[in-house]
Amino acid sequence: MATLAHKPFRVLPGFRLTLGYTLLYLSLLVLIPLSAVFIKTASGGWEHFWNSISSPRVLASFGLSFGASLAAAAINSVFGLLLAWSLVRYRFPGRKLVDSLVDLPFALPTAVAGIALTAIYAPKGWIGSLAASHDIRIAFTPWGVLIALIFIGLPFVVRTVQPVLEDLEVELEEAAASLGAARWQIFRHVIFPTLLPALLTGFALAFARAVGEYGSVIFIAGNIPLVSEIAPLMIVTKLEQFDYAGATSIAAVMLVVSFVLLLIINSLQAWSARRIGRSA
Amino acid sequence: MAATASALGQLAALPAPRHYEDNPATRDRAWVKWGVIGVSLAFFAGFLLLPLATVFIEALRRGWSVYLAAIVEPDALAAVRLTVLAAAVALPLNLVFGVAAAWAVAKFEFRGKQFLISLIDLPFSVSPVVAGLVYVLIFGAQGWFGTWFIDNDLKVVFAVPGIVLATVFVTVPFIARELIPLMQAQGKEEEEAAIVLGASGWQTFRHVTLPNIRWGLLYGVVLCNARAMGEFGAVSVVSGHIRGLTNTMPLQIEILYNEYQFAAAFAVASLLALLALLTLVLKTFIEWRAALAAREQREEEAQ
Repeated sequence: MATLAHKPFRVLPGFRLTLGYTLLYLSLLVLIPLSAVFIKTASGGWEHFWNSISSPRVLASFGLSFGASLAAAAINSVFGLLLAWSLVRYRFPGRKLVDSLVDLPFALPTAVAGIALTAIYAPKGWIGSLAASHDIRIAFTPWGVLIALIFIGLPFVVRTVQPVLEDLEVELEEAAASLGAARWQIFRHVIFPTLLPALLTGFALAFARAVGEYGSVIFIAGNIPLVSEIAPLMIVTKLEQFDYAGATSIAAVMLVVSFVLLLIINSLQAWSARRIGRSA
Repeated sequence: MAATASALGQLAALPAPRHYEDNPATRDRAWVKWGVIGVSLAFFAGFLLLPLATVFIEALRRGWSVYLAAIVEPDALAAVRLTVLAAAVALPLNLVFGVAAAWAVAKFEFRGKQFLISLIDLPFSVSPVVAGLVYVLIFGAQGWFGTWFIDNDLKVVFAVPGIVLATVFVTVPFIARELIPLMQAQGKEEEEAAIVLGASGWQTFRHVTLPNIRWGLLYGVVLCNARAMGEFGAVSVVSGHIRGLTNTMPLQIEILYNEYQFAAAFAVASLLALLALLTLVLKTFIEWRAALAAREQREEEAQ
C-alpha cells in the first residue's frame, strides 16, 4: 500500500478509463496495423527490401513524389502567405466568402478534385487546350502532378499563417514606423521573422500531405512509368501484381518519412508557439 | 496532418481589416494592397474555384436528364449507401474516442502526454494508400489471420468491413484534435466544483463539460464526416472495386471516369462537391456561433 501515498490526488474521475480506452483504440486501429508494415518488411529480408526500393521505376516515383511535393509546398508558401495577408489585412468585397472557401481542399473529396483538375488541364480542357496550342502538355505529365499537389496543399499554409498574422501586435509595427522604418523594412525585419516559424510549419504540413497524396493526383498524372508515377501509386501497382513484399517495402520508406516529418512539424510548432509567446 | 490549426480553439476577438487600414503604421499603399489581393485572388480562383465550378459544369453538360439518370442508377445508389454506412460507423466510434482522449489529455497530467497527442495525429501523416495497405497485410489472404477469416467465411479485405476499417483509420484524429485544445483551454475547475458538490462523473460530463464543448464537438463531427465520405486512397486499396458491393462514391467516380462515362462520373462527383460545400457552410456557421458564445461568456465574466 506504500505506492498509494505517491499516487497523485485526482478530483475528477475517469482517468484510467479514458486513458485506457484511448490507448486500446489507438493500438488496435493504428499502431498494431502500422507495425505490420515493418514486421512484413523485416520478414522479407534486407536484400529484397533494397531491391524493391532501388528499382529504377520506384526510384523515379520517389523522385517525382518528393520533388513535386517540395515545389508545390514552396509555391503554396508564397501564395498562401499572400492570401493570408489579404484575408487578415485588407478590406475587399467577398473577403468572408474567400475565407470560408479556402478550406475547400480539406472538404472536397480527392477523387472529385482529381477528375475536375484533369478535365481542366487535359489537352481538350479549358486551360489544357490553351497550353496545347503552345505545345505545352500539363495533364499526364509531372506538371499535372504539381498542379494537383498545389490544390491540396494551399489551405495548410493559409490556415497556419493566418492566426499568427491575426495575433501579431500592431504596436511592433507602430514602433518601427515611428522610428522611421519604411513599410517594406517593417515587413522584412519585424513581421516576416515572426511569421517564419508558422510559414515553415505550413510548408512542412503541405509537403507531408503532398508526399502521401493519392486521389487527386492519379487522374491528372497519367501514371506513365518512370515519368509520372508517384510513390503511393507504386504501392497500389505492386499490390495489384500481388507483390506484397514490394508494396510493403515502399510503404515502410514512406512511413519513416512520415514519422520524420511529424517530428519536424511538432518541433516547428513548438518553436512557433515560443516565438509568439516571446513577442506577445 | 496536424492539420488545420484548430480554428475553434483560436477564436479570440479578431481585429477587423479596417483596424489595420485605418492605422498609418499598418496601412499598405493602395497599389500594394490591390496588387497582393489581385495576385492572391487570381491564384485562389485558378486553383480552387475553377475545379469546383468544373465539377458542376461537366456534370450538367449533357443536361438534367442524363444527370438524374446517372444518380439514380443502381450502382450509384449502392455506392451512396455504402458511403453513408462507412461514415455512420466511423463517426460514433471516433466521437467516443475523441471525447475519451480529450478527457484524459485535457483533465489530467501524465508522462508522455505530448507523445500521445502526436500518436493521435499519426493517421493524418500516413499516406492513405499505406492506411489501406496495413489492413490488407493483416486481413488479406497472405496476412496474419488470412486463412482464419477465410475458413470462417468472414471477408474483411475486398469487402465492406475492410472499407469501414480503412475509413475509421483515416478519420481517427478529427474529433480528438478539435476537442483537446478546447478542453485544455477550459481547464478543469468547473468539473472539479461539480464533483465536490456531489455530482457523479457522468452527470458532470453531461451537464458541465458537454455544454462547454458542444460547438467544438459538432465542428469535429462535420470535418470527420466530410473525410469519411470522401476518402479515396485507403478504401481504394481494400475495396477490390466490386460494383454495387464494395464501391463507395469516390470509387464509383473512378470507375465511371476510367470507362469514359464523364457525365456520369461528374454527376456522382457533384453530389460529393455539394457535400463539401455544405460542410464549409456548417463549418462557418459553427465558427460564428462559437465566437458568439465566447463573446457572451466574456461579457458575463466582465459583469
